[in-house]
Amino acid sequence: MIKPIYSKGKIVAKTGNEAMAEAMRQIEPDVVAAYPITPATEIVQIFSQFVSDGIVKSEYVAVESEHSAMSAAIGASAAGARAMTGTAAQGLALMWEMLYIASGLRLPIVMAEVNRALSAPINIHGDQSDTMGARDSGWIQIYSENSQEAYDNMIQAVRIAEKCMLPAMVTTDGFIISHCMEVVETYPDKDVKKFVGQYKPQRALLNTKKPYTLGSIELQDYYFEHRWQLAEAMNKAQDVVLDVAKDFAKTFGRKYGMYEKYKMDGAEIAIVVIGSTAGTAKVVIDELRKKGIKAGMIKIRVFRPFPAAMIAKDLAKVKAVAIMDRADSCAGTFAPLYTDVAAALFAHNEGKMPKMENYVYGLGGREIAPEHITAVYDKLAKIAKGKAKPSNKVEYINLRK
Amino acid sequence: MANLKELSKVPERLAGGHRLCIGCGAGTLTRQTLLAAGNTPVVVTCATGCLEVSTSVYPYSSWKKDSFFHSAFENSAATMSGIEAAYVALKKTGKIKEKINFIAFGGDGGTYDIGLQSLSGAMERGHRMLYICYNNEAYMNTGIQRSAATPRGATTTTEPAGKVKPGKEQHRKDMTEIMVAHNIPYVAQAVVGDWNDYVTKVQKALSIDGPTFINIMQPCPLGWGTKPEDTLALGRLAVDTNIWPLYEVENGVYKINKKPKEKKSVVEFLKPQARFKHLFNSNPKNAEIIESVQKITDAKWELLLKREGGK
Ligand SMILES: Cc1ncc(C[n+]2csc(CCOP(=O)(O)OP(=O)(O)O)c2C)c(N)n1
Ligand code: SF4
Ligand SMILES: [Mg+2]
Repeated sequence: MIKPIYSKGKIVAKTGNEAMAEAMRQIEPDVVAAYPITPATEIVQIFSQFVSDGIVKSEYVAVESEHSAMSAAIGASAAGARAMTGTAAQGLALMWEMLYIASGLRLPIVMAEVNRALSAPINIHGDQSDTMGARDSGWIQIYSENSQEAYDNMIQAVRIAEKCMLPAMVTTDGFIISHCMEVVETYPDKDVKKFVGQYKPQRALLNTKKPYTLGSIELQDYYFEHRWQLAEAMNKAQDVVLDVAKDFAKTFGRKYGMYEKYKMDGAEIAIVVIGSTAGTAKVVIDELRKKGIKAGMIKIRVFRPFPAAMIAKDLAKVKAVAIMDRADSCAGTFAPLYTDVAAALFAHNEGKMPKMENYVYGLGGREIAPEHITAVYDKLAKIAKGKAKPSNKVEYINLRK
Repeated sequence: MANLKELSKVPERLAGGHRLCIGCGAGTLTRQTLLAAGNTPVVVTCATGCLEVSTSVYPYSSWKKDSFFHSAFENSAATMSGIEAAYVALKKTGKIKEKINFIAFGGDGGTYDIGLQSLSGAMERGHRMLYICYNNEAYMNTGIQRSAATPRGATTTTEPAGKVKPGKEQHRKDMTEIMVAHNIPYVAQAVVGDWNDYVTKVQKALSIDGPTFINIMQPCPLGWGTKPEDTLALGRLAVDTNIWPLYEVENGVYKINKKPKEKKSVVEFLKPQARFKHLFNSNPKNAEIIESVQKITDAKWELLLKREGGK
């Protein structure tokens, strides 16, 4: 029997979507504005049932598009309410204009995002192209390996967002996590509510005693400063993420950081990965370790802000590392995670870098099996021994060329 | 009917010094809107466009008494639906007690074109807000481009009059009727130039517990090529020529607010405006265009009379 880590915790079976909806029920935001899209639909369906049954006091705005979902969330947040939404892929793409406005206006909206491939061709399955496309939008991005993390991340995201005055998206891999039933430990409503706390906005459009203007036009004279402040807020967000994680561990017992290190002690070869694939990789690593191969992994949890200095330090002693991207940049260069890790290593390690490879995998939900990951480690082992050279371009896994 | 004496007691809510053009009808109608709102606080959203850029140039704001929010171009109504939902939520939990009115502004571009979907959605969902389309019949902020509200024959910078084209070829779409078709409790047409009619309509709209819509024609000296001092007269001329009838639809019941005593030709409205200047040259094709404007104006008026009669 699986025992709860938190003394008052309850072990239940939940899909990723159910876990996120459960967190939303407990957070009980003032306003949820959302539009359905597979594989995220369930989250807001479940939540709207809570509204219809009077289980939560939240207002649910069933908007006519994701652009309006984000617009309404922005309106609600600026009004002084705690606002949330949920979406995936095309929905996130349709929100794109408004994503930048949410962060630019420093509104701490929290989004449950289920990673799904972007059209075309239309595809409903999991990859991370959608949120990777929003990586420069000024949103905090927190990825989850499983339902438990999705649940825990949602709870933490509210506090992180509100403290940083930045919007935050918590993601799960479409279907692999969103629709997969797993064991999850949930915490009592009271304790979650206490952890999340009340939303106390600095300013609110609905505060008629202190009316104010928001969304002004700023030209050459002010725009730059405000965008810089946004970048600064993101720079400082890492400390907030870690503070909230510390308090979360103290309260509920689960430990979180910017990323998880798996068997990185003395690792000579490693992969850097985001999301559910980390679970598969752990199995592979355990096998390799049994054979005496010093394999390890870094699983990114928080991609924005990117923990550049920390990662650079943790990868400094590794001989060869493969960066696994579940999104392609189509940029003539490398995929998003690779470019960030490479920049981090270059900037923080005085040019001392492990040998690096970039793999793009799993687009449109294409399977990534243990043998694929084993093959990556095999290549890394050869590179580490000087028996092979790293590729100077993106390599693709499980693809028919 | 609005009472001038009472209105004079309402403190000014829009500060002078905004950056609208001289003679711009948008400033006039905004001040009248806030006067009509009386002493109840309002939260205002505004779509990107002339009104927004001219009244909220950081670090200044013309909105001295009310909260003003701009987020983007196509979403004034969607943004307001979030604000209104927040109000309902915070009222439920006792965090807000007072009455607040919600007024969403959008230009004709932000209403007829790019914002049509979000407006339609917000109205269908029934949020308590007054949506005001300040309708200057083109995208003025970006340099007089055509919109679906631009009337036939007007020259704009994206459908200019040229050697083979007479300016805009299509008649404008009937946005007011599109809103009537939403079956919301109150829809009206108004004009800059009849303050009493407009203020009365805003007051009525704000007294209603639901979504309401006013389409107010706003002469734009820059885009229409008219004299700043003619703005109000031109608005009245739009009414007197039946180009822009003043009417309201309350719970489905039509009422024409002003019936011109003698019907004036549309030419009287078109002629003083530079945007129609090319229609008055010797090309017979242009005469046809004017004729078609007269024809559709007459037909719409007849239809309106019928609708008022309940037919
Ligand atoms: C998504 C998007 N597309 C285009 C623009 C550029 N733009 C800003 S205002 C505007 C026209 C506004 O026209 P209207 O709504 O009629 O208001 P007006 O300027 O006439 O007051 C345009 C095209 C924009 N800001 N956002
Ligand atoms: S361009 Fe027209 S609508 Fe815009 S400020 Fe000038 S007069 Fe007003
Ligand atoms: Mg316009």
